[in-house]
Amino acid sequence: MKVLVAVKRVVDYKVQIRVKADQSGVETENVKMSVNPPDENAIEEAVKLKEQGLAQETLAVTIGDDKAQDVLRTSLAMGIDRSILVKSPNSLEPLAVAKTLSKIIEKENPDLVLLGKQAIDDDSNQTGQILSALLNWPQACFISDLKIEGNKLFLSREIDEGIEKLETNLPAVLTCDLRLNTPRFASLPNIMKAKKKPLDIIDISTLGIDTNPKIKVLKVEEPPKRKAGIMVNDVKELVEKLKYEAKVI
Amino acid sequence: MSDIQREEMLYDVVIVGAGPAGLSAAIKLKQINSDISICLLEKAAEVGAHILSGNVFETKALDELIPNWKDLNAPVKTKVTSEDFLYLNKEKSFKVPNFLLPKSLQNHGNYIISLSNLCKWLGEFAENLGVEIFPGFAASKLLYNEKGEVSGVQTGDMGLDINGNPKDNFEPGINIKGKVTVLSEGCRGHLGKEVIKKFNLDANNKSPQQYGIGFKEIWEIDPEKHNLGKILHSVGWPLENDTYGGSFCYHAENNQIYLGYVIGLDYKNPYLSPYDEFQQFKTHPEIKKLLTNGKRISYGARALIEGGLQSLPQMHMPGALLIGCDAGTLNMPKIKGSHTAMKSGIIAGEVINKHLSQNEHLSIYEDEFKNSWIYDELHQARNVKPSFQWGLIPAMVFTGIDQKIFGGKLPFTLQHKHADHDSLVSAKDSKKIDYPKYDGEFTFDKPSSVYLSGTNHAENQPCHLLLKDKDLTTNYTLEEYDEPAQRYCPAGVYEIETDSETQKKFLKINSQNCIHCKTCDIKEPSQNIDWITPEGGGGPIYSGT
Repeated sequence: MKVLVAVKRVVDYKVQIRVKADQSGVETENVKMSVNPPDENAIEEAVKLKEQGLAQETLAVTIGDDKAQDVLRTSLAMGIDRSILVKSPNSLEPLAVAKTLSKIIEKENPDLVLLGKQAIDDDSNQTGQILSALLNWPQACFISDLKIEGNKLFLSREIDEGIEKLETNLPAVLTCDLRLNTPRFASLPNIMKAKKKPLDIIDISTLGIDTNPKIKVLKVEEPPKRKAGIMVNDVKELVEKLKYEAKVI
Repeated sequence: MSDIQREEMLYDVVIVGAGPAGLSAAIKLKQINSDISICLLEKAAEVGAHILSGNVFETKALDELIPNWKDLNAPVKTKVTSEDFLYLNKEKSFKVPNFLLPKSLQNHGNYIISLSNLCKWLGEFAENLGVEIFPGFAASKLLYNEKGEVSGVQTGDMGLDINGNPKDNFEPGINIKGKVTVLSEGCRGHLGKEVIKKFNLDANNKSPQQYGIGFKEIWEIDPEKHNLGKILHSVGWPLENDTYGGSFCYHAENNQIYLGYVIGLDYKNPYLSPYDEFQQFKTHPEIKKLLTNGKRISYGARALIEGGLQSLPQMHMPGALLIGCDAGTLNMPKIKGSHTAMKSGIIAGEVINKHLSQNEHLSIYEDEFKNSWIYDELHQARNVKPSFQWGLIPAMVFTGIDQKIFGGKLPFTLQHKHADHDSLVSAKDSKKIDYPKYDGEFTFDKPSSVYLSGTNHAENQPCHLLLKDKDLTTNYTLEEYDEPAQRYCPAGVYEIETDSETQKKFLKINSQNCIHCKTCDIKEPSQNIDWITPEGGGGPIYSGT
């Protein structure tokens, strides 16, 4: 089995996001960037499948500028075998990302595609779903457990009512929930080894797909500041305020 | 955990800390001989993320190291265009005429920079020369060989729980061995502290080391009030005359100002809160008018070293060098340590090359250091800081005479009297200080400040602030000094809580808030706190600071 993992480079989750002064987007200059956290779960799962002998080859793909190589190096240091950077000057919408991935999948022919459930920068939660439609493969999203027997996948998803169990066949597109596993730390020797693992670069213009944006961002604003709270003296006052001032009960 | 099998990696040179000193040493070495293998460890998640500095930058050392830095788009762009030095009282400010200022306080030809950004740039430069930089890896322990020489470092274990037991993602630290180890952790590095003690490096020091705590906030201000290249320094209010300190305010790119405050950690009153002094400073009319309609976008704090030449330990030892502010090369009257740190790194690079290629002893560092401009500079500066033990006004008069008339060449050297942890007066003999409430516009509480620093530590890991005596606060420090850790910590790590059963007060340590400033390690009156490295990648994520 061959496993392909899609990885996105995002502003690190610890960084305090700041809107650019001209409101055209979020400040990314001199800001720490990292692998999108749910994508780390996808990487970890792929590496585990390889360690269990279920996968023969693992491959990480990202789309971005030259700097995006760092998330591929991280993937390789965590244990992925090889990687591809699809070089794109612009950041892409989920549809264009899915189209790009489908082209790579055509070439690489993986049996299983793992993605993070969503990216923490735009929270779109679309790429996996669109990709499965483009490929006409079965999909399962937000998986929290994965078992593979032969051609069959046994999956769990955490839903409001409890845990949903699914079964499907390879090839498939799966998006990973944080609950799926605990991503490993890349050890220092493995970071060294990752520098020598293959990282191929493909220009997005050679894939023959339409990546033009369908959505225009008018402006990006910070959410309004939350007003300071007040202390109430007793339950009675609280109920009154909720009823007559806030008018929520 | 001693039975863990640890991998081992061998290098010619192992450097701890990707600040200006360590990066300069690495770059210099590679420039001399590209075959020398260098491993550079950095505990921050990326290079520059633990760097916090004013910073008005003197390019002298950078000119030597990378003469064509201007062509290489180095983030050193904003020339100082004008400067003011103010003496503040509560309502007013008095400008000290520039002709009265000593040369060390004149900044013509210097640049306003973000040292964090410069280190990031130097890091990329070093990597292109083949230096192997590993951010996110803390050097947690020193390794010694059978002769007792430093032989490298051990990186911290990753994925331990709060009791020190391995979690799912446990990854043991590895031993990184080098023919030479360079310690460049910055002020009060915990390995630096160990070697100073172990090898008695401060045996010949005339004075104990002196420290300060520095704060920095970045504000985006109204473009109308912004004056690119302008710098402003002040002394006086809100500090009492017997407390050493002052402010800086630099107009940087993108309508930003770098606003900060430095306070000597030799202050006496345990009720003093450096954080609150800084917050209060921003309410001075002169500063307030600048900040009105502005927005605070960054906060950080870091201890800095102020002892100068009298307190500088020996910088070489068997198998290792101690450079930059890990030793203490900051020039206090200039309030600049970046160019001297870089120079100490450049000398380290040259010395290590001679050591590796011609078998020269590392102790030649001493002569090389003495024969360079860094020594002259620090020698000239040596009497300024100790004169401040006489109070602000006499010290300013003395400094004027010492620096302006004698050019720092007076035939005597003043000494620092006490180590900073010895300077506190008992709480019962000290005046309580009532700091004003935070207004949320100019002044802010500690949690909202720490939030801006991006500080994070992986949950459920061992506490990295070790108490030698766990009950010392309850039994002694609380009564004697009203536990000053509550106030000197700029991140609210230390809190006093009351045990609900015994009603006894105790010290609570919120180590996840720690912004790695090291003040507690320095100022704790009984030296009861040991700062050690938490899991690599933790701590603040400063950017543009």
